[in-house]
Amino acid sequence: MKILVPVKRVIDYNVKVRVKADQTGVDLANVKMALNPFCEIAVEEAVRLKEAGVATEVVAVSIGAKAVQEQLRTALALGADRAIHLETELNLDSLQVAKLLAKLVEAEQPQLVILGKQAIDSDNNQTGQMLAALTGMGQGTFASKVAVNGDKVQVTREIDGGLQTIELTLPAVVSTDLRLNEPRYASLPNIMKAKKKPLDVQAADGLGVNLSSKVTTLKVTAPATRQGGVIVESVAELVEKLKHEAKVI
Amino acid sequence: MTILVIAEHSNDELKADTHKVVQAASSIGGDIHLLVAGQNCGNAATAAATITGVTKVLVADASAYGHQLAENVSALVAEIGKDYSHIMAAATTTGKNMLPRVAALLDVAQLSDVIAIESADTFVRPVYAGNAIATVQSADAIKVLTVRGSAFAAAAEGNNAPIATLDIVKDLQVSTFIGEELTKSARPELTAAKVIISGGRGMQNGENFAMLNGIADKLNAAIGASRAAVDAGFVPNDMQVGQTGKIVAPDLYIAVGISGAIQHLAGMKDSKVIVAINKDSDAPIFQVADYGLVADLFTVLPELEQQL
Repeated sequence: MKILVPVKRVIDYNVKVRVKADQTGVDLANVKMALNPFCEIAVEEAVRLKEAGVATEVVAVSIGAKAVQEQLRTALALGADRAIHLETELNLDSLQVAKLLAKLVEAEQPQLVILGKQAIDSDNNQTGQMLAALTGMGQGTFASKVAVNGDKVQVTREIDGGLQTIELTLPAVVSTDLRLNEPRYASLPNIMKAKKKPLDVQAADGLGVNLSSKVTTLKVTAPATRQGGVIVESVAELVEKLKHEAKVI
Repeated sequence: MTILVIAEHSNDELKADTHKVVQAASSIGGDIHLLVAGQNCGNAATAAATITGVTKVLVADASAYGHQLAENVSALVAEIGKDYSHIMAAATTTGKNMLPRVAALLDVAQLSDVIAIESADTFVRPVYAGNAIATVQSADAIKVLTVRGSAFAAAAEGNNAPIATLDIVKDLQVSTFIGEELTKSARPELTAAKVIISGGRGMQNGENFAMLNGIADKLNAAIGASRAAVDAGFVPNDMQVGQTGKIVAPDLYIAVGISGAIQHLAGMKDSKVIVAINKDSDAPIFQVADYGLVADLFTVLPELEQQL
């Protein structure tokens, strides 16, 4: 069984985000970039399925400028077998990304696509669902447990009220939530080995997908900042303030 | 211009998020059709008809829709959705599961977690865990949006909208519901509570979360948790407040033993009044708290319960 793992290069989650003064976006110049945390969990899950003998090949894919190859090498160091880079300088929306991935699914015929539920930059939480729609596959979103059984996969999903388990017919799309696994660290020998693993580069605009989006960002601003308040000395003072100053209890 | 709103419900009951999405839809203008797709969902449909602003309730009652399986409900919404100007749902795990699928089937973009509506085609949404706010304009013929409930008031009740039955059954047969473990609680839901008390890593273990019960009882509060507390296995995932958990904006949010990581703040910083209780005076949570108490939570909690 082949598993396709789409991954995204994003701002490192530890970096403090700064909005550009001209309101065109977030300042990404000279900022540390990393593999999106949810994508890391997706790679880990795919590699574990391979280690368990369920999967035979793990293919990582990323879409973007040349720099995304850095994150593909990370995925390879974590255990993916080979990588595909769909190269474009454009900033794509989830729908365009999903359409490109649908083309890859057609070419690669994976039985399972595992990807992060959302990227921590756009916070969209859309690509997996859109890919599933375009390919007619079932979707197990926000997964905290994945169990492949023959031509089915059972996915336990983190939902607002608790947990839900569904069964999907393969091929299927799974999007990862935080509790699915704890990703490993790439060891130095594996980082070295990753440099020799195959990484195939294709032009994203050569796949017959219209890459233009109908959504325009008019401006990006910093959120209203919240002022820190006062430090109270005791529980009694706190209760007094909540009752008489804030009037919330 | 007619807007289609997807109701959030449990077949028996309509969820409060539905009222908020209807309120958001009302601010765009035009007729509002409210779709209740489910199985034996008559009660939810009856409740839907009472929401002010709804011009028509559409009911699709079939076993294929019983558990809100995204594959089936999305196929239904995409089929009836072609004639609408907007398709909207709450940014809950149900809405987020379904609407991107609907958008892709209709070949349009989807806008997630909308927090303000500027006009019929211009919307405001947070990105980067709320550290930046984007204003976006969509030129798509159908605007498909999920709406963040905490950013909108709830539409009132008192309407008596007509109910129409849809005879469309979409069963893609690629997914099956197996089971669910839902947290049963007599407390208000996190996203609807006026007061929330949340525990973090500082609670040390799951048993200690019981120390929040007495206070929650006295304040009629919901109990939440930080990601650290959920990751450590203290409490279940449905209690998580944060960027990837629930986004809340109660009148009073009490953070106990929570340091205040960016991703937690993203889920609660729009609360009216924030109280932080933490023994580390350098914890970032104090930078957003209206009232901070630097003290050991294990001495503070019993005292607080007693004094309320």
